[in-house]
Amino acid sequence: MSIANLNEPAKLTRKDFESDQEVRWCPGCGDYAILAQVQRVLPDLGIPRENYVFVSGIGCSSRFPYYVNTYGFHTLHGRAPAIASGIKMSRPELSVWIVTGDGDALSIGGNHLIHILRRNLDVNLLLFNNQIYGLTKGQYSPTSEPGKVTKSSPEGSIDNPFKPLVLALGAEATFIARSIDVEAKHLQEIVRRAHAHHGASFVEILQNCNIFNDGAFDDVTNRGTKADHQLILEDGKPMIFGKDRAQGIRMNGMRPEVVRVADVDANDILIHDVKNPVLAYLLGQMTAPEFPTPIGVIYDVDRPVYEEGLQEQLRHAREQPNAGDLEALIYTGDTWTVS
Amino acid sequence: MNDGQTTSPASKDTQEVETVVIRFAGDSGDGMQLTGTQFTNASALAGNDIGTLPDFPAEIRAPAGTLAGVSGFQVNLSHHEIFTPGDNPDVLVAMNPAALKANLEDLPTNGILILDREAFSDLNLKKAGYAQNPLTDGSLDRYQLFSLDIARMTTLALKDSGLSNKHVLRCKNFFTLGLMTWLYQRPLEPVLNFISARFAKNESLLDANRRAFKAGHAFGETSEMFACQYEVRPAEIRPGTYRNITGNAALCIGLVTAARRAQLPLYLGSYPITPASDILHELATYKGYDVTTFQAEDEIAGVGAALGAAFGGALAVTTTSGPGIDLKSETIGLAVKTELPLIVCDIQRGGPSTGLPTKTEQADLLAALYGRHGDAPVVVLAPSTPSDCFEIAIEAVKIATKYMTPVYLLSDGYLANGAEPWLLPKIEDLPDLKVEYRTEAQGYYPYVRDPDTLSRPWVVPGTPGLEHRIGGIESEYLTGNISYAPMNHEQMVRLREQKIAGVAREIPPTELIGPESGDVLVLGWGSTYGAITAGVRSLLKEGLAVSQAHIRFLNPLPPDLGDVLSRFKHVLVPEMNMGHLLKIVRAEYLVDAVGFNKIQGRPFKVQEIISRVKKLLEEG
Repeated sequence: MSIANLNEPAKLTRKDFESDQEVRWCPGCGDYAILAQVQRVLPDLGIPRENYVFVSGIGCSSRFPYYVNTYGFHTLHGRAPAIASGIKMSRPELSVWIVTGDGDALSIGGNHLIHILRRNLDVNLLLFNNQIYGLTKGQYSPTSEPGKVTKSSPEGSIDNPFKPLVLALGAEATFIARSIDVEAKHLQEIVRRAHAHHGASFVEILQNCNIFNDGAFDDVTNRGTKADHQLILEDGKPMIFGKDRAQGIRMNGMRPEVVRVADVDANDILIHDVKNPVLAYLLGQMTAPEFPTPIGVIYDVDRPVYEEGLQEQLRHAREQPNAGDLEALIYTGDTWTVS
Repeated sequence: MNDGQTTSPASKDTQEVETVVIRFAGDSGDGMQLTGTQFTNASALAGNDIGTLPDFPAEIRAPAGTLAGVSGFQVNLSHHEIFTPGDNPDVLVAMNPAALKANLEDLPTNGILILDREAFSDLNLKKAGYAQNPLTDGSLDRYQLFSLDIARMTTLALKDSGLSNKHVLRCKNFFTLGLMTWLYQRPLEPVLNFISARFAKNESLLDANRRAFKAGHAFGETSEMFACQYEVRPAEIRPGTYRNITGNAALCIGLVTAARRAQLPLYLGSYPITPASDILHELATYKGYDVTTFQAEDEIAGVGAALGAAFGGALAVTTTSGPGIDLKSETIGLAVKTELPLIVCDIQRGGPSTGLPTKTEQADLLAALYGRHGDAPVVVLAPSTPSDCFEIAIEAVKIATKYMTPVYLLSDGYLANGAEPWLLPKIEDLPDLKVEYRTEAQGYYPYVRDPDTLSRPWVVPGTPGLEHRIGGIESEYLTGNISYAPMNHEQMVRLREQKIAGVAREIPPTELIGPESGDVLVLGWGSTYGAITAGVRSLLKEGLAVSQAHIRFLNPLPPDLGDVLSRFKHVLVPEMNMGHLLKIVRAEYLVDAVGFNKIQGRPFKVQEIISRVKKLLEEG
């Protein structure tokens, strides 16, 4: 071993990010796979382990921080983005990750979600979307499909669901992506991309709840069907999918449609552009059965980062005369002396 | 006129008065708050003791001329030490009929009444609900009435100013201020300096307000209307350097001072709400003191971000008023559970619900003590005067960081907006509040405790080797791991209770004004201090066996309080609520205390306290 190597910190491994706590999700839960992929990515990001903070709300997904051997804060239902904002603003050097679910982020915590996205703090938000309430034992969620029969909707849900990607776009998110719990390689790549983005990263992860909503994503996860149902996006590449890559997306006037590649001019196939918000909106709107499910980075643009603006204001203020001087703070304005 | 001329020539007789209470009242657009504040500052600089009570409507601009739009500012200035803004005004300045109607019942017979005659138009009289003009129907005969042409004289003084009629009339308040400055022999300079600073960017407005102010002053001097001037000689107050301060401003300076002394960055997470917003505004100007202010999307995010900042190692504060407290309570519970330091400032206002946003009340005490699910004890402190908000902020920071706990500060609208002279502390006398984060990994557990304070260590993210997780689920004793074990839960609940109870060691012996034992103890907390103190002093002068105890710690309670209460035949608890502290002392000490409750959005008057105590004494 060379001397230079001695001075470098030991390379971190997946093991370093496993806590001593027994993981207590239901056997077969998609959360296990997500945890494993995140633990595989974290050692490679060049960040000391003590500088990671995982913040979560309430729900199955929100138990995540207990299983990652970094700093962690399991907070309140829906409030993780608010608490994470305070952490990131006070300690901008930390790598802050928010782990949340469809109920936590889109129902009780909807307000905090949209505001952290528009402010664009440099945090990564992983939304585990299983389209159901798991921890409270199976009520419909804000992403459940209409007509969903659950304990709290015995005649079928009459709620119209959110499309999380469109919501994030409406909230002015600067990075929007989607992946799937069981797509190990793809998920790792998306987690890396989310981390690399400078600003708030919103990642929807389709996650199977095998107890209360089993098979919700079968079309996009089953070996036999997934090729025809996943639209894997790559920036600058045509939107082609399906077995033998035979199908593609093209615009018909203002609307996208699925076409057989062989039947159309190759130039008519839409080319993905992560900087185009109109395209991002169209992709966010695509739902089965009419369309394949887009996965990958939907949208990725630069905008000033909140805590950097804050740091700049603080830096400027500290350079002013009398900054930090208590005498100047207390003995100011109209004072008078009684002797 | 020479700007350097600062004292009024004694061209008329001067009558000396010990104390005077003046109330300025007008439309909310008339600038009465500004007029009152400037008159107060000039009086403070003249060496008087002062107390003020701003009283303004919740509506930003209620329809002009209506009772709903009346804004008032009362100031008490004295040659003696005073504790309140005064019960009733000796002088009422009313800029329109609505202001007269809303305030006249408080003016005693023979009180001085100064009116703007031209404002008493048919239209304005109608808006105020007057069937007849009070200037002519004889209803004001029992007052010393000065009916002036303020609008016309202001217009005359500014006739070549080039300003529109609307802008000219906006200077009426400075004309009035000039007249009052003459009448009470206040120095001119503070107001002139203020005008120069305020209108530095607009030469014509600067000139106009200056001229209106001087014209008002000259009018007093030359008009034969006023037979004499009044003089309130400087009060004999403790030597030192003073400034005039409101409770909200003192709280801000206290928080910043404490953060500097703790060597921690200050982080405020807040959402605008009356009457707490001024704290957000003022702290936003202190970035040079390593102060971050975050205007969150709602009350919950305000306290949530503050708690996140506390986890990150900042001195975290959230500020709000009643409705915000309801929203923040879940997060405060999480702060109790995770044992992180957090200062929660509740500037109480009238409730329930939206209630009386701009009026004062003390009805959040039980919410602060018990308004969370589960057994979730927090430290609760209450300042007693505007300048005490500085001291209490320092106390709160000391306790929050030493005991790793949320600390509630219960101020209220009266303290927040009221002002008094503040004896400025010497910088070298400020306490050292230095906080050490734990960095030693050896023997570390998230819930390992200091044997004396029972507080857990503050470890901030970024510290190698001490990575840990905390959260709302019950923690295993020591390790902090999730635990649902029955006995562990009981142990943790008792520990959290015991830790807060232990804060009692920080409380000095209860100070009594009056004898150590006697017939009546008046027990108060928070902003009732002024009225109770003035009332009890007056009763003591009459030779009655009445004492006063005023507590700053509402949780834990002072260890000697039970003993103090037992030494009096009666315990009277005046509160601006339906009896919150009363319930607590009855429950804690089995004392048959009596409540005195005023729920009018206004502070107690001194006379009300005196009368209630006497009634209690008469009942035996």
